[in-house]
Amino acid sequence: MKKSSILMIIGSLLLFGLFYFPLWNIELGAPQYPIPLGMNIYINGIEGVEEFDLQNIDGLNHYIGMKTIPKADQMWEFTVFPIVISCMSIIGIVLGVAGYFNKIKPSYFLFWFITMGVLGLLGMYDFNLWLIDYGSDLDPHAIMKMVDPQGNPLTYEPPLFGHRKILNFDAYSYPHIGAYLMALGMLLTFIAYWVGLKSKND
Amino acid sequence: MNKNINLFLISAFASFTLFSCNNSKESSKGAISTNAAEKVYVAPGEYDEYYGFFSGGFSGQLSVYGLPSGRLFKVIPVFSQDPEKGYGYSEETKPMLMTSHGFIPWDDSHHPDISQTNGELDGRWIFINGNNTPRIARIDLEDFSTAEIIEVPNSAGNHSSSFITENTEYVVAGTRFSVPIPQRDIPIKDYKGNFKGALSFIKVDQQSGEMDLAFQIHMPGFNYDLSHPGRGKSHGWFFFTTYNTEEAHSLLEVNASQNDKDFIAAVNWKKAEEYIKAGKGKKMPANYAHNKFDPETHTATHTMKKEVLVLDATEFDDLVYLLPTPKSPHGCDVDPSGEYIIGNGKLSANLTVHSFTKMLDAIENKKFDGDAYGLPILKFDEVLAGVVEQPGLGPLHTEFDGRGNAYTTFFISSEVVKWKLGTWEIVDRKPTYYSVGHLMIPGGNSRKPDGKYMVAMNKITKDRYLPVGPDLNHSAQLYDITGDKMELILDFPTIGEPHYAAAIKADKIKDKARQIYKLSENKHPYSVKSPNETKVERKGNEVHIYMSMIRSHFTPDNIEGVKVGDKVFFHVTNLEQDFDVPHGIAMLGANTSELLVTPGKTETFVWEPKQVGVWPFYCTDFCSALHQEMQGYIRVSPKDSNIELSWSLDDE
Repeated sequence: MKKSSILMIIGSLLLFGLFYFPLWNIELGAPQYPIPLGMNIYINGIEGVEEFDLQNIDGLNHYIGMKTIPKADQMWEFTVFPIVISCMSIIGIVLGVAGYFNKIKPSYFLFWFITMGVLGLLGMYDFNLWLIDYGSDLDPHAIMKMVDPQGNPLTYEPPLFGHRKILNFDAYSYPHIGAYLMALGMLLTFIAYWVGLKSKND
Repeated sequence: MNKNINLFLISAFASFTLFSCNNSKESSKGAISTNAAEKVYVAPGEYDEYYGFFSGGFSGQLSVYGLPSGRLFKVIPVFSQDPEKGYGYSEETKPMLMTSHGFIPWDDSHHPDISQTNGELDGRWIFINGNNTPRIARIDLEDFSTAEIIEVPNSAGNHSSSFITENTEYVVAGTRFSVPIPQRDIPIKDYKGNFKGALSFIKVDQQSGEMDLAFQIHMPGFNYDLSHPGRGKSHGWFFFTTYNTEEAHSLLEVNASQNDKDFIAAVNWKKAEEYIKAGKGKKMPANYAHNKFDPETHTATHTMKKEVLVLDATEFDDLVYLLPTPKSPHGCDVDPSGEYIIGNGKLSANLTVHSFTKMLDAIENKKFDGDAYGLPILKFDEVLAGVVEQPGLGPLHTEFDGRGNAYTTFFISSEVVKWKLGTWEIVDRKPTYYSVGHLMIPGGNSRKPDGKYMVAMNKITKDRYLPVGPDLNHSAQLYDITGDKMELILDFPTIGEPHYAAAIKADKIKDKARQIYKLSENKHPYSVKSPNETKVERKGNEVHIYMSMIRSHFTPDNIEGVKVGDKVFFHVTNLEQDFDVPHGIAMLGANTSELLVTPGKTETFVWEPKQVGVWPFYCTDFCSALHQEMQGYIRVSPKDSNIELSWSLDDE
C-alpha cells in the first residue's frame, strides 16, 4: 500500500503543474503569419505565446466581428478552475498520506480518479462551449460578414482538438504541458489504485 | 605635361586590348558549366549567408544586400533625404541632416565599416563617412537605421574615413583636401605651408555607441586619401595614404603626379592618446554638429559643439612617420596579421608592400631619409617588405582572404589580381566589368577574413545589363575565391556608386534585428498609447493633431476647425505591435513627403493648408485588406472663420 500511496501523492502533485504550464495551446498560422500567432490557455487565464499575440489576434478578429479574447476576470472559469484543481490536488495528497498510514482502502484512489475524470470532461465540455461562442457570437456590424455556399453565416471557432482551416488561417489546437502533466498525474493515481488493490490481494 | 597624359592613355588602351581576349573566353563559358548558378542560388524563402552593406556613393545612403544572391533588402537613409521613409522630411529626422552649414539634404557616402571586438567583426554598429560636408554616421544594426551623425571640423572631403580600430576604440576620419585651419580668407596660391590636413579620432562609447571627437592630429597640407587601422601587432597605429605631397593647388592631375614617391603616414595613436592625457593637446575653437536619434522619443536632436582638441603633428616626436610609397597611392590596406601595409600606388607599375616590423626597426635605428615639415621620412628600402612586380595597371585597393593571399583591384586594366603575401607572386587574375574600384571580402578588413566570396565594385557598367539610357547603376561582381583560381559567379546592379562595402555573417546579426518598437516604451511627447488619447489642440495658428493608426483606420479621421494659414502638425502613432505592419500617411497638398511609421513609433509632418475646402489624407502603405478605407478628411475654413476645432471617428 505504501508504494501505491506514494504514486497517489506524486500523481496529485502533478496537478499543480497546471499553475505553471498551459493547459492548451491554439496556434493560428496564415500566409502573412509564417510565424504563427498563438495563445496559451492556462487554468487562470489566456496568454499570448509572444508578447503581442493576443493583441494581434484581436486586431485581426475585429474584421470578422469576433469578441476580444477574454481577460481572466471576464470568465468565471478562470477563478473556479484553479480552486477545483487545488482542492482536488490537496484531497489527492491527503488520500495518499492516509493510504500510506493504511487509514483508507485503495478504492478511495479510484473514487478520486473518477471524480477528477468527470471534472476534466466537464471542463472540456465547458471549454468547447466557450470556443463555439467565441467563434460564432459575432458583431452584427462586422466589417466582413462571410457566408458558406448555402448562405449560412460562417463561424470561426478554433477546433477543440486538431486542425481547422478558418479563412486564410490554419488553426491548430492541442493540449500543452499542463494537460500532459495532469494526464500523467491521473494515470499515476489510477496505477496507485491498481497497485494498492494488488498489494491488498497479496 | 602632354607626354605624361599620352603615356597614360596608351597604357590604358594597351591593357584594354590585352585583356579583351580574356573577356570573350570567360563569357563563352556558361554559368551551368561551372556551377555558378548553384553557388549563388538562394532558394525562395531561404536566407543568404552574409549581410552585405554597400555604400551609396553619390546617393548618400547605405544599401543592404544578401550575399551570395545579390538581392537588395533595404536602403538605409543616412546622409540624404529619403521620401520613401520620410527620413529628413519628418520633424523627428530633420535634425539628423543639420550641419554647421545648415540643413543639407545630401552627401556622398563612401566607406562603411562594421564595429569590431578583438579585431573581429561584432555587428553592433556600422559606420560610414559623408565625404562632401565631412560627417561620420553610426548606424544601429538592431533596427538598421541611422542613430547618430557627427560633423568633422577642419576637414574637407572626408575621404580617408570611416575606418575603425580593432576594438572600435575610435572611428577615424581623415581629410582628403587640406584647407586653411582655421578657415580664413587667403589667396589659394598660398596653399603651400598654409593649408593643413586634419586626421580626426572619434571615440566610440562601448555601451551606447555614442561618438565623441576625442582629438585631431593636424598634418602637413597633403591629400589624405585612404586609411586603415593597424591590427594585431600593429594595433595602436593607423596608416594613411597621401598624394599631392607636392602641395599643388591647381590641375592636380598633373601637378600632384610629379613626385616619384608620396607617403603612407603611420600615425601612432596610442602615442597621441598619451600626449592628450598629458595635457599636450591644444583646445581650438570649432563649430560642428552632433546629431543623435533617441530610440525612446523616436526623435533626433541637433547640437553644435564648439571646441576640438588638437595635436599639431609637426610639434611632437614619435607621433607620425612617413613611409615613402611610389606614385600617389590610393588604397592603404593592412593584412590580417598587421604586418604588411600595402600602398596601392595608382600610377605605379608595381605594388609596394611595407613591413611593420621593419618600420619599427627603422624608427628605432633612426633610418631616416630627411623629413617633411619635421615629420621623419623613413628610408624606403628599410621599410619595404616586398614588391609585387607588374601586377596590372592602376592598383587601387587590396583585401585579404586569411589564407595568405591578397587581392588587388586594378582600375585601368579592369581586373582583380590574386597574389601571395610574403612571396609576392601572382597567382591568378580575373577581369572585372568594368574598371573596378574597391573590392570586399567579408571581414577583409579585420583579423579574421572570411575568404569565401569577393565582391568587386565597378565604376563603369556599359553593356552589362539591358540598356536603360545614358545613366546606369554601377555594377558589382561576386567571385568565388575558395579555389586557387577566382571564379566570377554573379553580376548585380547596385544603388548609386558603392565605393566600399562591408559584409558580415548573417548569423551574427539576424536574430537581434528589431521587429517592432514597444508602444509602452514610446516616450515621444506627442505619442498616444490608445485611440482614447487622441486629440486636436490649437496653440495660436499651430494645430497639433495627436493621431493614431491601426488596421484599418486613423483616429480621428474627421477634423474640422482648421483654417487657411494654420500650421498643422500631424503627430501620428502607429499602434500596431505586429511585425511588418507599417502604416503610411500623406496629406493632399502638404509640401513634404509621406510618413512611413513602423509599429510603435510616432512621427510628425507639417501641413500648411493654403486653400479652403475639405481635403483628404490616407494611408500610403497597403497595410491590410481594408487599406483603401484607411482615409480621413480635414475641413479647411477661411482664415477669419470662427468654426471651433472638432474631431471624431465614426461621428463619436
